[in-house]
Amino acid sequence: MATPENAMRNPDSELPLAGVLGFFDRPSELIEATTKVRDARYQYFDTFTPFPVHGLEAAQGLKRSPIPYITFIAGLTGGLLAFLFQYWTSAVDWPLIVGGKPFNSWPAFIPICFELTVLFAGLSTVAAMFIFNGLPNVRRKAFDPGLTRDRFAILIGAPLPIEEDDEEAVRRASRFKKFELTEATEFLRRVGAKEVRAVFSEGWF
Amino acid sequence: MTTMATQTDVAQYVPEALVTGRKILADVNTDIAAPIERVPSTQWWICFGTALGAFLMGAFLAGRMFLNGLGVLGLNQPAGWGCFIVNFVFWVGIGHAGTLISAILFLFRQKWRTGINRAAEAMTIFAVMTALLFPVIHTGRPWYAAFWLLPYPNQRHLWVNFRSPLLWDVFAVGTYFTISLVFWFVGLIPDLASVRDRAKNPVRKLVYTILSLGWRGSNKNWSHYEMAYMILAGLSAPLVLSVHTIVSFDFAVSVLPGWHTTIFPPYFVAGAIFSGFAMVVTLMVITRECFGLKNYVTLNHLEKMNMIIMTTGMMVGYAYACEFFIAWYSGNPYEAFVFRNRVFGPIWWAQWIMMSCNVLIPQIFWFKKCRRSIPIMFVISLFVNIGMWFERFVITIGGLHRDFLPSSWRYYIPTGFDWGITLASFGWFFIWFLLFLRFLPVIAMAEVKSVMADPFHDPQPTPGPDKEIAAHGHA
Repeated sequence: MATPENAMRNPDSELPLAGVLGFFDRPSELIEATTKVRDARYQYFDTFTPFPVHGLEAAQGLKRSPIPYITFIAGLTGGLLAFLFQYWTSAVDWPLIVGGKPFNSWPAFIPICFELTVLFAGLSTVAAMFIFNGLPNVRRKAFDPGLTRDRFAILIGAPLPIEEDDEEAVRRASRFKKFELTEATEFLRRVGAKEVRAVFSEGWF
Repeated sequence: MTTMATQTDVAQYVPEALVTGRKILADVNTDIAAPIERVPSTQWWICFGTALGAFLMGAFLAGRMFLNGLGVLGLNQPAGWGCFIVNFVFWVGIGHAGTLISAILFLFRQKWRTGINRAAEAMTIFAVMTALLFPVIHTGRPWYAAFWLLPYPNQRHLWVNFRSPLLWDVFAVGTYFTISLVFWFVGLIPDLASVRDRAKNPVRKLVYTILSLGWRGSNKNWSHYEMAYMILAGLSAPLVLSVHTIVSFDFAVSVLPGWHTTIFPPYFVAGAIFSGFAMVVTLMVITRECFGLKNYVTLNHLEKMNMIIMTTGMMVGYAYACEFFIAWYSGNPYEAFVFRNRVFGPIWWAQWIMMSCNVLIPQIFWFKKCRRSIPIMFVISLFVNIGMWFERFVITIGGLHRDFLPSSWRYYIPTGFDWGITLASFGWFFIWFLLFLRFLPVIAMAEVKSVMADPFHDPQPTPGPDKEIAAHGHA
């Protein structure tokens, strides 16, 4: 198993270092520790849980997901599209008198408008969720099988290498605490992780 | 003189356990994922074989029907709609309970839904798949179904009739199927990741890796996931109400007495929830027995479902009373006749099955002992579904076979083709449900973990081959 010591002794191991993972046994411990990691201003960190834990988003400093805006716009689009299509086929393209109703029989168009609103809103919500989550995730395997079972973890991530002359990236990185393997390991031990180890980015399978 | 509640009285309330048996988090994975890692039992094969046999028999009959025409059914004029439409409404109705459990109970923050929502949503999807068979085959020429139902530009320059409830059904049930499928799949992703992480066999691991879309449990992902889940629940709630409303419009938008009534939308929706919950009870009683899931689908869960069955049954009973009252109070002789005919005419037997199964029999759930008794609730859930099938039969045939002109009156007798294809629809439904039980986790593991009261104590030793798993906390 790779340890921080191993990683340091083999700096040119094939897999890129993803960061340091610290394991916890309970969500309450995880939330406390996450608050401290957030306050320490690491650039890349994330937590892993087998189920969504209340209070962890705030502890991690995550902003509210923007998915509802997408849902709303998609829903409006669906409703409008449904109405316009029905109107065009019934009153413009080939108007037929059906059941004695006027060509623009808008009350009869309402059920389909409602259904297409819901359909577009729902499908766009799921698509947005997949896009924001980067699903399907083909780049990185899960770090530990226990994370989907009963273990909770914080990852302090190793940053991607940046060019010296990429000013924007250098400036952005300077706002955060610099990642250093042993220091991050010690930090996680200090905030109460039961087990800490270096993890590497392995492919999807 | 009132007595004041003391501090100790107030402090006595303990919320009931949603998961019994002193389980820890790892147990949830073991208990729920282990059955799908074993070769299926003989029971499963027998059930699957029966379902497959029933379906193939019906497929054969349906093939004969397509070759020979709809005349092999009991349809006639005026009863142009018969068992197929009854089955359509029946199966769509059954699907509604799944969405209610997933979406509406979620919005009401009822944590007990986590034990049953996965299976209930699966039931919804398969019920809607079964229901969708019927509008297609009842045309007699299903190869034209796409022409007639889907609005696409064609060389006939014809569009579908958007003013018809039959077309509203296409969009409503189609949307319902799509959103239910998507909601169910999104909920499955973390659980499929759990199954993937337990997989030893590389083929199995590959399949579940692909299905779980590489889910890693990252909280950034959970945050978007929770938002999407909540939005889907919020969308599904009005959707489920609208879908059976639109199905009821198939009848209510017509001019037939007994059909043309504004009570149909709420009446149909309440009836759908009623029959759907009965089907969930039937399925969960069997599933929890065969898969050893009594600690997750407890008697408390089943009791709550029975209470909902009784409530919606009484709503349906109230709707019956309203219909009879309005038939008399309206002074409309045709309306009054329809209801007299239902009770005393040639289909009186169907009306009485419906009344006793839907109104009388569920009253037994007033008694707590009955609500918590497995044999009683299983039998009652079967009766409720029989009653609800006959309710749709009474509505359809009762409205059609004796309408305005007595010279057009005829009796409707379903033929062997009708009954055979009806039985085949149950076969089709159970094929899919049994496959679901075999390959996918039956209970929402991640959601159950989030509602367990105390999952962090030392693991309990369990007998048998799982002992090692319990001791180490993982496989």
